[in-house]
Amino acid sequence: MFDHLDPTLLARIQFAFTVSFHILFPAFTIGLASWLAVVEWRWLKTGNPLYREIYRMWVKIFAVTFGMGVVSGVVLSYQFGTNWSVFSDRTGNILGPLLGYEVLTAFFLEASFLGVMLFGWQRVSPRMHFAATIIVAVGTLISAFWILSANSWMQTPQGFRIGADGLFYPTNWIDIIFNPSFPHRFAHMTIAAYLTTAFVVGGVGAFYLFRKQFVRHARIMFGMAMLMAVFVAPTQLLVGDMHGLNTLEHQPVKVSAMEGLWDTQRGAPLVLFGWPDEATEETRYAIELPKMSSLILTHSLDGEVKGLKDWPREEHPPVLWVFWSFRIMVGIGVLMIFTGLFAAVLHLKKRLFDTGWFQIWCMALTPSGFIAVLAGWFVTEIGRQPYIVSGVMRTAEAVSPVGGIQVGLSLLAFVAVYLLVFGAGVYYIIGLIRKGPDVDTSEKDDGRKQGRPALVGRLASE
Amino acid sequence: MFNLDTFIDLPLVWYGLIATAIFLYVLLDGFDLGIGILFPFAPSDKCRDRMMGSVAPFWDGNETWLVLGGGGLFAAFPLAYAILMPAFYMPVIVMLLGLILRGVSFEFRFKAHGPSRRLWDYTFHFGSLAATFAQGTILGGFVQGVSVQGRAFSGEPLAWLSAFSLMTGLALVFGYALLGAAWLIMKTEDITQDWARRCAVYLIGFVAFFMALVSIGMPIMNPQIRALWFSLPNFFYLQIMPLSCVVLFVLLWRDLHRNHENRPFFLVQGVFLMNYIGLGVSMWPWLVPFEVTFRQAAAAPESQSLLIVGTVILLPVILGYTAYCYYIFRGKSSHDIHY
Ligand code: HDD
Ligand code: HEM
Ligand code: HEM
Repeated sequence: MFDHLDPTLLARIQFAFTVSFHILFPAFTIGLASWLAVVEWRWLKTGNPLYREIYRMWVKIFAVTFGMGVVSGVVLSYQFGTNWSVFSDRTGNILGPLLGYEVLTAFFLEASFLGVMLFGWQRVSPRMHFAATIIVAVGTLISAFWILSANSWMQTPQGFRIGADGLFYPTNWIDIIFNPSFPHRFAHMTIAAYLTTAFVVGGVGAFYLFRKQFVRHARIMFGMAMLMAVFVAPTQLLVGDMHGLNTLEHQPVKVSAMEGLWDTQRGAPLVLFGWPDEATEETRYAIELPKMSSLILTHSLDGEVKGLKDWPREEHPPVLWVFWSFRIMVGIGVLMIFTGLFAAVLHLKKRLFDTGWFQIWCMALTPSGFIAVLAGWFVTEIGRQPYIVSGVMRTAEAVSPVGGIQVGLSLLAFVAVYLLVFGAGVYYIIGLIRKGPDVDTSEKDDGRKQGRPALVGRLASE
Repeated sequence: MFNLDTFIDLPLVWYGLIATAIFLYVLLDGFDLGIGILFPFAPSDKCRDRMMGSVAPFWDGNETWLVLGGGGLFAAFPLAYAILMPAFYMPVIVMLLGLILRGVSFEFRFKAHGPSRRLWDYTFHFGSLAATFAQGTILGGFVQGVSVQGRAFSGEPLAWLSAFSLMTGLALVFGYALLGAAWLIMKTEDITQDWARRCAVYLIGFVAFFMALVSIGMPIMNPQIRALWFSLPNFFYLQIMPLSCVVLFVLLWRDLHRNHENRPFFLVQGVFLMNYIGLGVSMWPWLVPFEVTFRQAAAAPESQSLLIVGTVILLPVILGYTAYCYYIFRGKSSHDIHY
């Protein structure tokens, strides 16, 4: 059944599926770990039990998400070999040490102290527990540092030479690790994770406020989330803009695809919406703002912007995907900025916590961060095609000598298992959200446990 | 560029490090996979709660050694990584899927009630079983050798599959189950502990049987290994491994009948260590048996140098805080583990 399918295409679909699944969890755990650290710090500082109850509620959600992040990440670290063995062989000298450092500096840290964070309440002092939370939060950031460095090197490679044997050899590690797109990508992705978390926490807070449940907890969650929206969402626009300018410098064809521009021109318009058509090499039904693209990309009204036709066709990435993914991401970014604006205005009118329509708006935006993160990665990764290492190595050369049947069957197996796992994960997380914080932590949550001793019942329920 | 090649034998050091990482993985994840294997046979749900509670704080850290094994192989011996992963494509995927299912079972089981709890009991069990069996078949396939052309795997998709590799798969299932049982003897009390002890007694026989089978099978299958083990004076040196296994087994047997609580776990680890060393001696110096040696597969010295610095500094730190975490959760697993 998969025999006549292209193994490269199947491998790409499989990798895209597993990595997209994986990133959903880091996008949330990176932000949540930092936020939990802040919450615990507030608790230690103020002694206000609300913070503790919020922590205990969200740490359960954190555990579920983290677990799914770990298992889907282990898959990825082996998939470089199973699906992209030629790539692994050729770039191993460069990417190997970066991923190795990720394991040594981040994964062990996160994994070991996660245990303390989840199960250590009765066994370590509150300060040690707080330290464990911070360590996990820092671990997630270190992990993002290394993996994004590796990925950015694939986007903007430097500091290497290619030997006579076709392998990549490092010539300067600083150049490799701090390659040109890395600082932008690291900043942009970290902020993306924080925003994703803020909108989930804010959405849940809005849900409680709307239902008039757990109102005191909800005000804290909602307030902290809106603070993020006010300050961090606009920052993301700035960082994203700088990221784009960096891409223009190093991967201009990607930017042309993002903009949907085919002809090189001065005073290029900004295509708001349209349908890029690769067959006819034009963007149909375009709604444009005149000269704006030039303004954004060159900071002058009639700067020159390159069109896709400047490159031969086989160098074009799949334009339609890049174009639309970019609009989805930026669109969500704009919605997030508006959320911050509304929140600021409502706050000034002293109505932040009791405006029904705004609560519904925030509930609707709960999954927005995840969608934007995926869309952003689609821009980045699909925009890099047909290369796996930008300008140096093509994706088609990278694939393992593994038959279509094996890749296809394993893809089906991944889809089946991931759907089960994801479905169950979402189900339990929603359950935890509906249950809300345990307001009276001592004897309460035992109702349904058929007469087991309290402690067993609690173990069973958590 | 930064290069330590002139000071130390980098490929050799890396070979040792990766071997250590994989061994630590086997020891650490071995016992928690073993608990998954034993899971449905436990006498009661309460026992299962305790069993899971005894590993819940550790499983993630344990599994990270697998990531280090794979990631380290990629970093230090990319060629071997690039050949072995496609060669063992199917068992690797099965292992990964198994690890996913069992990993999420920890979180989901804590939250589930009623029949859905059963579901996660079984995903935990079958996930552990599948991951272990797949690891065992990879081991068997590895020992049998891998065909290579140029810089790539050139065998059939099912080249790893043979009676021998299926047997090693089964052997590892019993081995991990024994590790898991020994862990439970140490970390639990009362009914669970009694039951674990009975399991261990029962499993020892199987483990000894399979070890004998593998030890006989390997020299028969492979003339090189035969030559290594049955030439003088090697023969006498190498007897250390089988002999110490016999001693360890005898001690283990006695401990199990005398209510020792902690020692069995370390004795089983000793058995694993002896087997692992035996295997290492037989496979030396191949990283892709019998085609690519660890020297041929080595990454550029600059790459190995960069990572060795971090490893030398960080590995002791990692071992330190890993030990600290085990220390925090010392003592018997009880029901007050929750979050
Ligand atoms: C921006 C952040 C980011 C990105 C782009 C990726 N990851 Fe990830 N990864 C994390 C951020 C992260 C994390 C926050 O550190 C995780 C998420 C949940 C967790 O447990 O740690 C994690 C877990 C995680 C694990 C499990 C670690 C453990 O055992 O504890 C592995 C092996 C990987 N990842 C590997 C990868 C690979 C090979 C990627 C690329 C193809 C990748 N990750 C993309
Ligand atoms: C975590 C967020 C990420 C997402 C959502 C993502 C998404 C994708 C997608 C959609 C593709 C397929 C592109 C195509 O073939 O058209 C892809 C390919 C790929 N990505 Fe990523 N990616 C992510 C991060 C990374 C990172 C951090 C790395 C490496 C360090 C990486 C390495 C690769 C490789 C090796 C391929 C396969 C070859 C290719 O198609 O170019 N990705 N990714
Ligand atoms: C608000 C306006 C935004 C702009 C102008 C912007 C700009 C960009 C650009 C130009 C890229 C492509 C980088 C490349 O060349 O590879 C990108 C990627 C990405 N964006 Fe955005 N972005 C915005 C909002 C957001 C938001 C709100 C999120 C998520 C919450 C987000 C998440 C991402 C992610 C995860 C990537 C891929 C990783 C990377 O390359 O950094 N972006 N963004």
